[in-house]
Amino acid sequence: MNDFLAMGGHGFFVWSSYGVTAVVLAIELFSLRARRRAAMKQASTTGDAR
Amino acid sequence: MNLYLFSSPATFYPLAGRLAPWFAGAASILGVVGLWIAFAIAPTDFQQGEVYRIIFIHVPSAWMSMFIYLVMAFWGIMALSFNTRLSSMLAQSLAPTGALMTFIALWTGALWGRPTWGTYWAWDARMTSELILLFLYFGVIALRNAIDDPRRADRACALLSIVGAINVPIIYFSVKWWNTLHQGASVSLTAAPKMAATMLTGMLVLAFAAWFYTIAVSLWRVQAIILERERGAAWILSMRKAKMVTA
Repeated sequence: MNDFLAMGGHGFFVWSSYGVTAVVLAIELFSLRARRRAAMKQASTTGDAR
Repeated sequence: MNLYLFSSPATFYPLAGRLAPWFAGAASILGVVGLWIAFAIAPTDFQQGEVYRIIFIHVPSAWMSMFIYLVMAFWGIMALSFNTRLSSMLAQSLAPTGALMTFIALWTGALWGRPTWGTYWAWDARMTSELILLFLYFGVIALRNAIDDPRRADRACALLSIVGAINVPIIYFSVKWWNTLHQGASVSLTAAPKMAATMLTGMLVLAFAAWFYTIAVSLWRVQAIILERERGAAWILSMRKAKMVTA
């Protein structure tokens, strides 16, 4: 397991590549979910006054 | 079936909602399989050791960064030619994911370059043109946010996307046209791949995962864009009654 994490001494480079990729994908998915919720909430209230 | 039917936001909205989960599911499965190949199956590279495993995300994200831009420019051409709202909305939905893929390509490239070439960054043609691609995505996003009238923003963004598309062949062929630190293509349509079959398989599986991810995310985003831009439209109000839009 430690060998796997060490990546032949290049663990820092390999895991910060994969880690940052995972983080930015997660950020995109979470912000997209927030945007969709806001848009749906707005769509479900807009026009109520008519 | 009349395909023009789907060029209207009202008909595309439910279609996008039905398709997105399938693409997301395919992306997840391919992502897991691809990562398994990348870490469990693919052997250690005899020259580079383990650090080469970065290319399993570097190459697919770099491909996507260029491809998404071309698709965005294509929707820009459609928007300017036919003045269709949905084309612009699709273009708008691709820009953030394109920027994200470009960022991942640059980031992973730097982290691969340091142990392999001895530097995180060089101002060579490939890297510089990829950085310009990132700024083009930022430019398209910023331009849209800067213009209040959505239809004017559509035309301006379409124009910037189309003009900026000239950068994509420059990125792609930069390693041939100039003497770059970045190596030439390892995979091309005209020559046998210069890498082992398992490595190539892992890279292609993750490339398809990136494709399906991009499609799923842009379909979900275009739904949000449609709701934002068409708010108050009669079809949204009637969809609400049918409980198709829920908060």
